[in-house]
Amino acid sequence: MRAIVTVIGKDTVGIIANVCSLLAENGVNVLDISQTVLQGYFTMIMMVDVSGSKVDFAELSVKLQERGVQQGLDIRIQREDIFEAMHRI
Amino acid sequence: MINASEILETINMINQQHLDIRTITMGISIRDCGDPDVKRCCNKIYDKITKKARDLVRTGENIEREFGIPIVNKRISVTPVAIACECCDTEDYALFAQTLDKAAQEVGVNFIGGCSALVQKGYTTGDRRLIASIPEALRTTERVCSSVNVASTRAGINMDAVAQMGRIIKETADITGGMGCAKLVVFANAVEDNPFMAGAFHGVGEPECVINVGVSGPGVVHSALKRCKGEPFHVVAETIKKTAFRITRMGELVAQEASRRLGVPFGIVDLSLAPTPAVGDSVADILEEMGLESVGAPGTTAALALLNDAVKKGGVMASSNVGGLSGAFIPVSEDAGMIRAASSGALTIEKLEAMTCVCSVGLDMIAVPGDTSAATISAIIADESAIGMINTKTTAVRIIPVPGMDVGDRVDFGGLLGTAPIMPVNRYSAEDFIARGGRIPAPLNSLKN
Repeated sequence: MRAIVTVIGKDTVGIIANVCSLLAENGVNVLDISQTVLQGYFTMIMMVDVSGSKVDFAELSVKLQERGVQQGLDIRIQREDIFEAMHRI
Repeated sequence: MINASEILETINMINQQHLDIRTITMGISIRDCGDPDVKRCCNKIYDKITKKARDLVRTGENIEREFGIPIVNKRISVTPVAIACECCDTEDYALFAQTLDKAAQEVGVNFIGGCSALVQKGYTTGDRRLIASIPEALRTTERVCSSVNVASTRAGINMDAVAQMGRIIKETADITGGMGCAKLVVFANAVEDNPFMAGAFHGVGEPECVINVGVSGPGVVHSALKRCKGEPFHVVAETIKKTAFRITRMGELVAQEASRRLGVPFGIVDLSLAPTPAVGDSVADILEEMGLESVGAPGTTAALALLNDAVKKGGVMASSNVGGLSGAFIPVSEDAGMIRAASSGALTIEKLEAMTCVCSVGLDMIAVPGDTSAATISAIIADESAIGMINTKTTAVRIIPVPGMDVGDRVDFGGLLGTAPIMPVNRYSAEDFIARGGRIPAPLNSLKN
């Protein structure tokens, strides 16, 4: 199952490394990353595959959110289907 | 593949514009729970609801977490109690309401609808008992919602029921301090698959168990319209349609997912724009964005007609089954913009009545002075029913005569039910009109066969 991770917040050193290591620790494979910095705000979008995840989706979501709070970032993970449904016929 | 701007747009809708699934409502038939013995009947109802809806809240929360979309309410609707419990040997139908309340509490839903009766053409024994028990049912329960259908295009208006509901609303207000009336709706042309409270019930044509989903998102429509300032109306309509399409697609996805996980058939998506008292989640704001100084100003009815129609046009293609009420709700106390307009005097009950000709439901969450007579409330119900009957649409009245309060006061219902200024009511009497009783015959447009 594929999901989208979004990271939004103030740009600091090591954001990508931090998020990627958390994902790796939990067996989540990163398929694609895009990132931009808009007016000092860091925006990263990752496509990930959670089928090999060691924890269930809800727990992964909480872990990412908590890691985000520590760094002053808004990190969320959502199943890809919601974006497909909303933007594709 | 989905691109970054689309992903960020969705997240922005959820984060900034209050996009949410307003409710996942499980409809449960309790037609098989009737029993002459009251206790046995109550046990059957309790057992069936708690068994069918055991996983409803947890499933809703899981979907919420996985898709990252808030699902504000998980609710239950049941077969109108007046039908399901008719064979029961008791006058006191408040007992059934208390059973529903207990079951709702057990499974963790915040509202349960179906303390209802359908009397558009006349009363049965069960209808009579249920309606008489409504004030007590609402006084002794926390989560139960009640509704009574008093008119339809095919049957006309049952004016005896209209007169009685005026008295029932007054009595409910008196013994609940007004609060009970926020959970009591009087309908014309009530729909059987409505997932929204307080008017939800599980119709007799519905299956054993069903999942209906109500989407929302006035804030999203408002934000989209901000981007087409000064454009002609066809652009406005197109923008609303596109936005409604997206909102509904999300509702469809959640509905299908909930249905699959719960092993319960998917019924309908109700694509209503349902406001909340939160700033930026208002239907009134959308109407004002179209160029009105305040909702209630001349032009409001036309603006609402466009909005209501465009929402439906956008939504129908996005879902395999659209139903329920579908359109724009205009509850006064639940919409910050409506509250503002009612407080300033820009929005009157008469203008709201006109708006109900083109919106999805009717006069909703309107607080009036505590000394408003039962006959006047009945007459307001009769007017609203006539609009529904003639225009072949659902109309409803959810009106709260707040004891001890008068124009200029404010009443706070708490939470999603919001705050309402007491609105002035026309002081001329309809006493003799309501005292006639009987039925207003069905209009000619019902004789189509």
